[in-house]
Amino acid sequence: MSRSGRIVVTGMGWVTPLGHDIDTVWSALMAGASGVDRITRFDARTFPTTFAAEVRDFDYRRYVDDAAVHASAGVNVQFALGAARQAWEQAGLSSFAGLDRRRVGLYLGAGEGVLDTESYVRTNLAGWLEAEQRVDAVRWAEAGMRLMKAATEIAQEPNMPLSHLAREFGVRGPAYNCLTACAASTQAIGEAFSLLRRGDADAMLAGGTHTMIHMLGVTGFNRLTALSTDKGDPREASRPFSRDRGGFVMGEGSGMVVLETLEHAEARGAEPLAEVIGYGSSADAFRITDIQPDGRGAAAAMQMALRLADIDVRAGLDASGLPPVQYISAHGTGTQENDSIETRAVKVVFGELAPRIPMSSIKSMMGHLIAAAGAVELITCVLAIRKQMLPPTINLRNPDPELDLDYVPNHARAARIETCLSNSFGFGGQNDTLVVRRWGADVR
Amino acid sequence: MPARRRVVITGLGPISALGPGVEPLWTALDSGRTALGRIRRFDPSGFRCRIGGELPAEAFDVRSVVPKSYRKATKVMARDIELAVGAAAAAVADAGLATRGTDADAAPTIDPSRMGCHIGAGLIAAETDELTSALATSRGADGSFDIGDWGVNGMTKLTPLWMLKYLPNMLSCHVTIIHDCQGPSNTITCAEASSGLSLGESMRVIERGDADACLSGGAESKLHLMGMLRQHFAERLVTEGDDAAQVAAVRPFDPETGGSALGEGGGILVLEAAESAQARGRTPIAELAGFAASQNECPDTVGLVPPPHGASIAACIDHALADAGVSAADVDAIVPFGSGIAATDVAEAAAIRSVFGARAAAIPIMTVVPFVGNCCAGSGALAAIVAAKAIHAQRLPARLNSVSTPGLDAVARPATDAVLRHVLVVSTSFGGQNAALVLRRST
Repeated sequence: MSRSGRIVVTGMGWVTPLGHDIDTVWSALMAGASGVDRITRFDARTFPTTFAAEVRDFDYRRYVDDAAVHASAGVNVQFALGAARQAWEQAGLSSFAGLDRRRVGLYLGAGEGVLDTESYVRTNLAGWLEAEQRVDAVRWAEAGMRLMKAATEIAQEPNMPLSHLAREFGVRGPAYNCLTACAASTQAIGEAFSLLRRGDADAMLAGGTHTMIHMLGVTGFNRLTALSTDKGDPREASRPFSRDRGGFVMGEGSGMVVLETLEHAEARGAEPLAEVIGYGSSADAFRITDIQPDGRGAAAAMQMALRLADIDVRAGLDASGLPPVQYISAHGTGTQENDSIETRAVKVVFGELAPRIPMSSIKSMMGHLIAAAGAVELITCVLAIRKQMLPPTINLRNPDPELDLDYVPNHARAARIETCLSNSFGFGGQNDTLVVRRWGADVR
Repeated sequence: MPARRRVVITGLGPISALGPGVEPLWTALDSGRTALGRIRRFDPSGFRCRIGGELPAEAFDVRSVVPKSYRKATKVMARDIELAVGAAAAAVADAGLATRGTDADAAPTIDPSRMGCHIGAGLIAAETDELTSALATSRGADGSFDIGDWGVNGMTKLTPLWMLKYLPNMLSCHVTIIHDCQGPSNTITCAEASSGLSLGESMRVIERGDADACLSGGAESKLHLMGMLRQHFAERLVTEGDDAAQVAAVRPFDPETGGSALGEGGGILVLEAAESAQARGRTPIAELAGFAASQNECPDTVGLVPPPHGASIAACIDHALADAGVSAADVDAIVPFGSGIAATDVAEAAAIRSVFGARAAAIPIMTVVPFVGNCCAGSGALAAIVAAKAIHAQRLPARLNSVSTPGLDAVARPATDAVLRHVLVVSTSFGGQNAALVLRRST
């Protein structure tokens, strides 16, 4: 157990469709900008979905000591290197000579690397026996050995972001990658927090990175009918909580934070940006395709996180009229099912306070970063606390009468924000919640 | 701060080429019978490595281990998922648990909201025939792939749930749904360290009181074309000689090793708070007393070739021993990854020598890979199951293949009785993540 059990955020970084540094992205979120546009990463013109929120003009080489050692980095690893470097620098770790790298760990919720689609498709077709409707293994192996490249194949392993970050920052503490679909990086930050509380490391680099904007990624989500197939302006396609929401819009990128025990941060004079005070995790145990309709699993994760944060919802408003949580970063994907059930679950947890707690989805602006979504949303919560501003849910012009909470429609607004809750829910019923609080808040 | 809760192992669910369940695994390990042989699932003659550890269809049918109402869902299970579901069924049965999966009408032994699930998984490859049969419909006149046609027509040949067969978290999702585990759950994807890390995470979750029991472990199969290709690219497989010579060339910790072979499987363990096991009158198989994790330096950036000094692996072992409150002198046997991959073996051996010093050569090592192959994300769970069973039986399984293992007790020999109080399990991965577990004889 770390002495105080208190865990603080001392560094943050992100690479997103709205920019590659904290200030640029925050300004875009405040302006209600959209990062969604036509897909350029492959020829998607005939696909049911032709748009996504892509990271643009990003060069990871600006963020690493020696680009040559990362020559095999896939796009997901490149995003991770950019986000992690920002977090590392903001935390002041590069200039801290006393850092014991054996006591610094990694916990990522990183997605797999991008398939070498062209070589893979060619290999499969080279092995295909039309008459027998099967692949001939010998022909396939011969083609694969010739067409595919060792470095590109290795780069697809989901633990490669860990290896590259370990190389870049020299850290040798506990290292994990979890891949719980859309909940992954919220879970990664939560587990990093748990590990620090126990005293198993002094600091953790935690977050996620992912892109599924590739042929088979879009194919998979299109077949599931989870993606928006809007025919209008792509910037208006992501419509969480709107009555005419039609599915999510894919994004890509990375979010990373440095978490530290309070003792470690104080000893080296680092200024906490916020404190992580709660984490909860649950499984729906319902169906692989549907969310438990009562929101039982989502509510369980939120309740577990609030319990750990020592927040009693039944206490109601405080003397100044504030609810115990003043902002919820919604999972808010923009699918009919998610937004209804998430709203229901928030009502289960917060009861009559629910309409008084603003809850927005930045996925309306930067799309759904899949495994990396939770990390950028936690960073958004920390910034909301620091700037005392709520990011909006854009494209919410057609309210759903069934969804009656305050989704911060269309425009950012000022608010008093001490404590935020961030939700992430993954395919298959994985639910994770974090609670983060203003550093120095007058509690405990 | 409440006292740290003790965590015990109350159920073992291995699955591998030797079959599902403890009995066939232990019988083969005890008698020294390998399951490695020529791959039959596909013609392996296009690859230089032609052997593997396959679990044959006649030995395991996933439909027979799920409730009747869940049989339809087996259609959307990739091989890795089937293996995890089979392992979970075996573990739950071994632990004597009633769950929604064993009897939907019975009261569950453990409150579902207090039951967690942590399962290590790998990158799951799409089934080649299934995907290619769709790709093949989108070929232009010259036979090349036409992505424009794919977007309109080709992709519709894939079943709508196609992608859900291949998401790594579907191992734990199916298991949580079948057995109604509503507590904390996770999917760790750190190659061969995945299930060791999962067991450690379950241990922490139970220890801090967030669950009373967890289904924990991992499973993977790379015994398919993409898996074979990637392992060839990574130069981890035996490639010389005929089939029999390749089987015999998997020689962990022997400088003359020819490489490793792929297997399929892993295992699920039931980890349980000691007080929960006691309350239901269950004698633990062993105690999970210590755990730690670490990351290697990555001089090659991708962590494929670990530094030969094994310093980070040694640190991981030291921390796990400290976590268990024991010293190196208390360890009676070790189950390392022991893959037969020369670079990995060298690093593990260096770590063992560094932690145990002069005693290193006297501590028996159990090597599982020559029996069933490298089960990748499942390998750590299989190792932990072998450790638990060995402690329970007070017996060391046979060892195969290795002729000379300088400085380590790891050469081929028959099974033998032994006094085992603490057994160390070490998992090191392609990528450089390490996990160490300390299992203790239950008193």
